[in-house]
Amino acid sequence: MKGKRGNVEKHYYLMVLPGLVWLFLFSIVPMVGIVMAFQDYNPGLGIFGSEWIGLENFRYLMQLDDSKQVIINTLIISSGKIVLNLLIPLIFALLLNEVTQLQYKKLVQTIVYLPHFISWVIMASIVINIFGYRGAINTIRGWFGLEPRLFMADPSIFRQLVIGTDVWKSFGFNAVIFLAALTSINPNLYEAATIDGTNRWQRTWYVTLPELKSTIVLLGVLGLGNILNAGFDQVYNLYNPLVYSTGDILDTWIYRLGLTNLQFSLATAAGLFKSVVSFVLITISYVLAYKFADYKIF
Amino acid sequence: MVRDRTFWSRAFDVANIVILGLITLSCLYPLWYTFCLSISNKSAANAGLVTFYPIGFSLVSYKEIISDIKFFNSFWISIQRTILGTGISLLVGIMMAYPLSKSKDEFRARDIIMWLLIFCMLFNGGLIPWYITVRNYGLLDTIWALVLAGGLPIFNTILIMNFFRSLPKDIEEAAVIDGAGPWRILFGIVVPCSIPVIATITLFVGVYHWNEFFHGLVLMSDATKYPLQTYIQQLVVSIPTNTSLTPDQYKRLSELSNQSLNAAKVFIAMIPMLIVYPFLQRYFVAGIMLGAIKE
Repeated sequence: MKGKRGNVEKHYYLMVLPGLVWLFLFSIVPMVGIVMAFQDYNPGLGIFGSEWIGLENFRYLMQLDDSKQVIINTLIISSGKIVLNLLIPLIFALLLNEVTQLQYKKLVQTIVYLPHFISWVIMASIVINIFGYRGAINTIRGWFGLEPRLFMADPSIFRQLVIGTDVWKSFGFNAVIFLAALTSINPNLYEAATIDGTNRWQRTWYVTLPELKSTIVLLGVLGLGNILNAGFDQVYNLYNPLVYSTGDILDTWIYRLGLTNLQFSLATAAGLFKSVVSFVLITISYVLAYKFADYKIF
Repeated sequence: MVRDRTFWSRAFDVANIVILGLITLSCLYPLWYTFCLSISNKSAANAGLVTFYPIGFSLVSYKEIISDIKFFNSFWISIQRTILGTGISLLVGIMMAYPLSKSKDEFRARDIIMWLLIFCMLFNGGLIPWYITVRNYGLLDTIWALVLAGGLPIFNTILIMNFFRSLPKDIEEAAVIDGAGPWRILFGIVVPCSIPVIATITLFVGVYHWNEFFHGLVLMSDATKYPLQTYIQQLVVSIPTNTSLTPDQYKRLSELSNQSLNAAKVFIAMIPMLIVYPFLQRYFVAGIMLGAIKE
């Protein structure tokens, strides 16, 4: 019997082999390249020939004015997204839950999920059209006698635009988890609350929300781990040099530093900083999620 | 559930339906707006006259696209990438998820591999080391860069694994008694029992490959090798990032573009998504929940 089990296990190793090779080639090998962060990397010499300079790249990054601004932008944009991406889908799910016409509910659900599946390239081009100088918003402003505004080139509203369009694109999809949690609430609780003479608002406040508490806490905690990810695809496709001051985030900055300005070592150092901080934050958030909401990834 | 029949309760119902209707329309409006732009007269579109309906109906943009070889070329690259990328990711992910769904007694390397996966999911070398690695493999300007460079979709593998674990053990045991080996059990029994989660992952991975523009931008030095999203990005969204602009220059730059032609390209790029979505949509809610939440 033992021999047979070993035989089966051999096949298991064969099954995971392609995945492990892939993981090695595209996740683990690139980690070796991290040494560039501690070198004055010269593409001609490669990572084995370039000069070691210790923490010099990190020291230099800390002195740049850009890096401070970029970190501030990243934190503002992503914390705005974390809060609103929790709140708006929650409110939406609660409203949708009050709808009794099943077909209408299904229709609404199907349509609001859709924007989540459309790429930021496409969405950005639509957003730029709508908020453009001759776009729909400015046309509507014109009806009220307001001057057209260059929304996309205005640093003072770029962050709001980024947060707003992100929430709009994903609120439907983010509501899925709340809608699922709502269906698992025991109907007896509502019966009992009704007998106690509560109205709909009170039932939402005293029954539904407490029942959703662990889901809300879970999503909030998991969101915190991603605070340095403010959304590369979105910002990269929406921004332009005029709004760098408020719109440039870590990922877009690292991209320009590394692949546009070819500062390989500096960009790797900035990337390493981001990876390490994110890794710590995500690990903490998973531990907290496990503690408070009993969430396990596996 | 007991329902209120009071006036305020009914008033709320009506208001709620109206509000949700408006929210829903807001999700459709951008698609509709783009469609209207694409079939509007070029000058009307550029002058910003289109808001809620097409103005000066014209199919010139679509005619122009039909003769645009570059557009179809990148469309074809995206189709290849999506099919190859989704197929390979799914196959490798399923093969990996199955042994990992076994207990440590049945598959002794399970925990080590699991920790390795989690580590690689949460930590990465960053953009530049990743780029240099892919370049060293000689994958630049090949379709394989687009198909493979995104790495193993670890989170999806974990979702599949969680679903496999929730399947009843008895079916597999019965198959073992009938003499089926591990491969036969995986592809003959476990996979067919997991259609909801596999459909969900197919949708996610397929949408990822179809929507991804960054790898095309970074890994393809030859613009004729761009996938559709990168092609559109370069054409419609891209603004020179290294020069200093004044707001006036920005305005002129954006006015130079051909709005209705761009809108038509954007609209065509959405069509495959719009066709596949309704078929897979009914699976994904169940799929996400089954994979993400465990008792």
